Amino acid sequence: MIKLTVNGIEHELDIDPSMPLLYALRNPLQLHGAKFGCGLGQCGACTVIVDDRAVFSCLLPVSAIGNRRVRTIESLGATDKPGKLQQAFIDHQAAQCGYCIAGMIMRATALLEKTPHPTEAQLREHMEPNLCRCSTHMRILAAIRQVAGTTETTR
Amino acid sequence: MTRKLFPVVAIAALAAVLILAVAAFSIMWNPAIAPVSAPQPSSFDTPLRREGARVVALGDCVVCHTAKGGKPFAGGLPLATPFGTIYATNITPDPQTGIGAWTLDAFKRALRHGISRDGHVLYPAFPYIHFTRMSDHDIGAAYAYLMTRDPVRATTPDNKLIFPLNFRPLVAFWNVMFLRSGERPADVSQDEQWNRGRTLVDGLGHCASCHTPLNLIGGENRNRAFDGGVVDGWDAPPLNQLANAVKPWTKEQLVTYLRTGRASEHGAAAGPMLPVTRDLGTVPLADVEAIATYILSIQKPPQTYPAKGVTMSASAERGAVIFNGSCASCHGTGSPMQTVGGRPTLAFSTAVNADSPRNAIQMMMAGIAWHGEETINYMPAFGQVFNDSQLADLATYLRDNYSQRPAWSDVGETAKKIRKENDAR
Repeated sequence: MIKLTVNGIEHELDIDPSMPLLYALRNPLQLHGAKFGCGLGQCGACTVIVDDRAVFSCLLPVSAIGNRRVRTIESLGATDKPGKLQQAFIDHQAAQCGYCIAGMIMRATALLEKTPHPTEAQLREHMEPNLCRCSTHMRILAAIRQVAGTTETTR
Repeated sequence: MTRKLFPVVAIAALAAVLILAVAAFSIMWNPAIAPVSAPQPSSFDTPLRREGARVVALGDCVVCHTAKGGKPFAGGLPLATPFGTIYATNITPDPQTGIGAWTLDAFKRALRHGISRDGHVLYPAFPYIHFTRMSDHDIGAAYAYLMTRDPVRATTPDNKLIFPLNFRPLVAFWNVMFLRSGERPADVSQDEQWNRGRTLVDGLGHCASCHTPLNLIGGENRNRAFDGGVVDGWDAPPLNQLANAVKPWTKEQLVTYLRTGRASEHGAAAGPMLPVTRDLGTVPLADVEAIATYILSIQKPPQTYPAKGVTMSASAERGAVIFNGSCASCHGTGSPMQTVGGRPTLAFSTAVNADSPRNAIQMMMAGIAWHGEETINYMPAFGQVFNDSQLADLATYLRDNYSQRPAWSDVGETAKKIRKENDAR
């Protein structure tokens, strides 16, 4: 049995210890926020927070997680009561097809928890691993800046 | 001692001390070369500047002389040495903070003798013991290229070196031991390509700076030239044991590796070697072929290894579980990454078959970041995802499952040590 703490709830799952976290989230736990993009750690669609870091859940086997706490976008809010970053993404219409957005928001959450007011350089460096094929990166950055209270010229 | 003899001995001793002091002073002291106002870019002819671009690329100048995220050649990159941190200097033509006030003679003296324009000695982290082999023509070309870059006002931070090495003049004594100034005559028993290769490898390319072990005072151990060294926490593999690879290196593979960072039966350049291959990708093919010719001429016979054990350790078994969830999507048999782009199986990997697990662990910790437009060599970093013992399990599994060579020892300790070193850097 594999023990997993996801969004504050402890689960015991009878799954292959090699199973990537993403599959455990989406299948037995039915949390469909994190997406499968490339499966190679190249796109970031699967990004979730493990302890306080943004990680590619497609490349993290469940047995390697141990006692670390997993958080997914479902922990931030819901349609009727979106979290701050989620609201900012709506305000800026930062999603086009939306496939990358859960990963983007989780990566941004990890940044703002540690560095609430990042410089533009910090913001861009931190968000670099996550890709948006619709090219809404500029709106995504604007949405994050809104929550951080920063501007493009923040140094 | 009798009373009569005492003054004689004392005077002789004093004289000896004086002579030594004068000798020491003459070794340590170098005159300044008067500053000039920076020469106009238009005073250099274009063909010479173009040649200079090639010389500067072959010398990898930009790799050390550019800080992370900084302007090219403006310096400021910290170089961690066993003796403390040295900051690479600004070699843009800014008169105050760069080399704008340097004449060609001052530039030449720095490359040949390791002495700055104002007369202070440079630390040997700057590889003048190799650059001294350059031709006057190449030095002139490099000067023309550098003096026509955009000047950048950037003051180099102060070095943080341990006592007494923070007293620069002492380097003069190091030079007496390790610096043999000037070009070397061609070896007439070898052809032109080999001689060109030797000049590039020993001179401008300064390969030995990383790929030769250093002695206690930071000099290259001449008896062990190209036996491999450690730089920035990575093993710089031996260059004289290319026949020792699972698939012995061919010249074609070596040339391709040096120009693209990829070798079909060995792996991808990472760590400090990656930027070197990016520079070598810009120079004429003939230069890289010459380098490969020379390097392949200095090979030692392959070693034999004792047979390895057959049972998998508990650590390797734990590693296998992680590998299947974390690595197999790229490195597993039949994965897209194994079938596209000519990537080698881990069984051929230089890092997996190396004598030490250092590079395998570094590769897992650091990955290969996205670098510019060239995205084919990319690997995510796992240093923050896995702890030291998980990384050690993975390394143990890789060695066990993919290499025919004996197991590594102290893998866990090595992982811990490397992380500590990386954090301190």
